[in-house]
Amino acid sequence: MAEAQNIPAGSTTAGAIAVAAESTVATRMSAPPSFDVADFPVPNGREEEWRFTPLARLRGLHDGTAVANGTMKAQIDAPDVVTVESVERGDARIGKAGTPVDRIAAQAFSSFTKATVVTVPKEAVLTEPVRVALHGEGGTTFGHTVFDVQAFAEAVVVIDHTGDGVRAANVDFLVGDGAKLTVVSVQDWDDTAVHVSQHNVLIGRDATFKSIIVTFGGDLVRLHPRVTYAGPGGEAELFGLYFTDAGQHQEHRLLVDHSAPHCKSNVVYKGALQGQDAHAVWIGDVLIEKTAEGTDTYEMNRNLVLTDGARVDSVPNLEIETGEIVGAGHASATGRFDDEQLFYLQSRGIPADEARRLVVRGFFAELVQQIGVDDIEERLLSKIETELQGSV
Amino acid sequence: MATLEIHDLHVTVETGDSATGAREILKGVDLTVKQGETHAIMGPNGSGKSTLAYSLAGHPKYTITGGTVTLDGEDVLEMSVDERARAGLFLAMQYPVEVPGVSVSNFLRTSATAIRGEAPKLRTWVKEVKAAMEQLSMDTSFAERNVNEGFSGGEKKRHEILQLELLKPKIAILDETDSGLDVDALRVVSEGVNRVREGGEVGTLLITHYTRILRYIKPDFVHVFANGRIAESGGAELADQLEAEGYDKYVKGGATA
Ligand SMILES: Nc1ncnc2c1ncn2[C@@H]1O[C@H](COP(=O)(O)OP(=O)(O)OP(=O)(O)O)[C@@H](O)[C@H]1O
Ligand SMILES: [Mg+2]
Repeated sequence: MAEAQNIPAGSTTAGAIAVAAESTVATRMSAPPSFDVADFPVPNGREEEWRFTPLARLRGLHDGTAVANGTMKAQIDAPDVVTVESVERGDARIGKAGTPVDRIAAQAFSSFTKATVVTVPKEAVLTEPVRVALHGEGGTTFGHTVFDVQAFAEAVVVIDHTGDGVRAANVDFLVGDGAKLTVVSVQDWDDTAVHVSQHNVLIGRDATFKSIIVTFGGDLVRLHPRVTYAGPGGEAELFGLYFTDAGQHQEHRLLVDHSAPHCKSNVVYKGALQGQDAHAVWIGDVLIEKTAEGTDTYEMNRNLVLTDGARVDSVPNLEIETGEIVGAGHASATGRFDDEQLFYLQSRGIPADEARRLVVRGFFAELVQQIGVDDIEERLLSKIETELQGSV
Repeated sequence: MATLEIHDLHVTVETGDSATGAREILKGVDLTVKQGETHAIMGPNGSGKSTLAYSLAGHPKYTITGGTVTLDGEDVLEMSVDERARAGLFLAMQYPVEVPGVSVSNFLRTSATAIRGEAPKLRTWVKEVKAAMEQLSMDTSFAERNVNEGFSGGEKKRHEILQLELLKPKIAILDETDSGLDVDALRVVSEGVNRVREGGEVGTLLITHYTRILRYIKPDFVHVFANGRIAESGGAELADQLEAEGYDKYVKGGATA
């Protein structure tokens, strides 16, 4: 069940478990999924899927005024067996994992020029990660990337976003039958960047998908990972951590659509916030369809508010259309690191800055361990240190 | 020999009400606690006992408006909260604070490292913590839980005494460590305090509302605290007198001061 502790002023921690004949997740969207931007009305901010997002800071991505005038330097390093192609729109692999569900995702789809397809061939077991470095050099860019991890292949993909720019993109992950894919996506943008991206994950029969979304930077980041299952036996672990600073808007919206039987999903997102007008939004939609008997799912969002002036909106939402499941649960809690906690730790000899570090590191520890890519883990820890220095 | 000297201590607290402003809670406290001694401070609710404890530990809510506090001649009031702890002051709190995200084991080790000035050797440390927990009848699974999160009242108190045993302060201030404990827990916790006292190296300031705990922890001195100051001091026999007569005499005497 949803629990809430010590909620900072203005923040919301709402939760719902609905047993519904018909999905409200689908009906809450203002238009059905489509590849065509014209099928979506320009949002005015009152729509369910836009109500937390500051539209004025989207730099025109939402209303058609943004034009592709920027550069995003892309570098992909991959083991030899992996192929990297630049393909034309119309390639059969594009859009196979999912369809844009909101106007910006559709805008990105309508506006990209060439897509990148990264293929890990059947049964290839990679010993080194595929590394994708995207460095924004200003201006607006649209992108589409497909990761095609074929049957029984195993891969780790690290996507690293740095620099400045306005970016709208769709990223497709095709996880073949029996394949194992781990994705680490780091949003380490400059504080001026805007990044809106929909991730479409299609998990094959008995396949495993794990993602760790790490968001630090940006003026506005809005990520929308969506998971669907192509067959029974699939497993998804969706982890996320974010550190939202003064003035930043970081939004993570997730959908796990259980349509196939005997699949699992586990969602854990944790965020720390500090500074005036730091705003984190977390929406976790989990849908268990009538056909999905044997589903086992759990989703959790925790937020740690380090200073006054930060705001969290956390909305877990679980819809169950069949009773034949193994388990389903959700939790959301927002707590604050307050003067009393600081006093308690200090009264045990621990200096103030170390006390804050202890709390934040402890809070993130279980997720940092999930990354499994040493240099990213280290970078993350040092990033947390730097963020904390800024707060004292 | 460690000595805590409190002289004419005055403390106010912000009421949050602009008409009232700051309210004086401590009105001239004088007390000297030496290594090896145990002082019981007894007094009615609201008399300022916790205020004294928190002020000594340096809680930011309280403002010192007069007087001095020294530990072995060093000015305690000049020190930050963590400096006081490293200088040898320890406060077992009446209401220990929950710290989400920090495990007890990580907390204890970080704290011991800060107080001892170096990280304790991992092997001996693990044994030390385990032994101390067992003596306090704490399940070792507490080590993996978050600090005080979801602990019962009695578990929180045991956790405070666990820290007392591991951190070995020069001066220990125990604020109503007995409150909310059943008889068994009271005995376990008192034994913990006595183990630390037996070393003869700690001066203890035992704050309590009831005489019950004094059957387990024998004080050398008893002070009656009323209306923000020490109203009377004596030996252990003063506790028996309070047990029989209550605080009425002190409360009425100073209620409108
Ligand atoms: N913020 C505040 N505003 C006004 N009065 C306060 C504030 N904080 C504490 N006080 C008052 O200070 C007085 C002393 O409180 P303190 O907690 O020190 O008492 P105590 O002797 O420890 O009581 P108890 O036996 O209940 O633990 C009380 O009357 C309390 O109401
Ligand atoms: Mg008290």
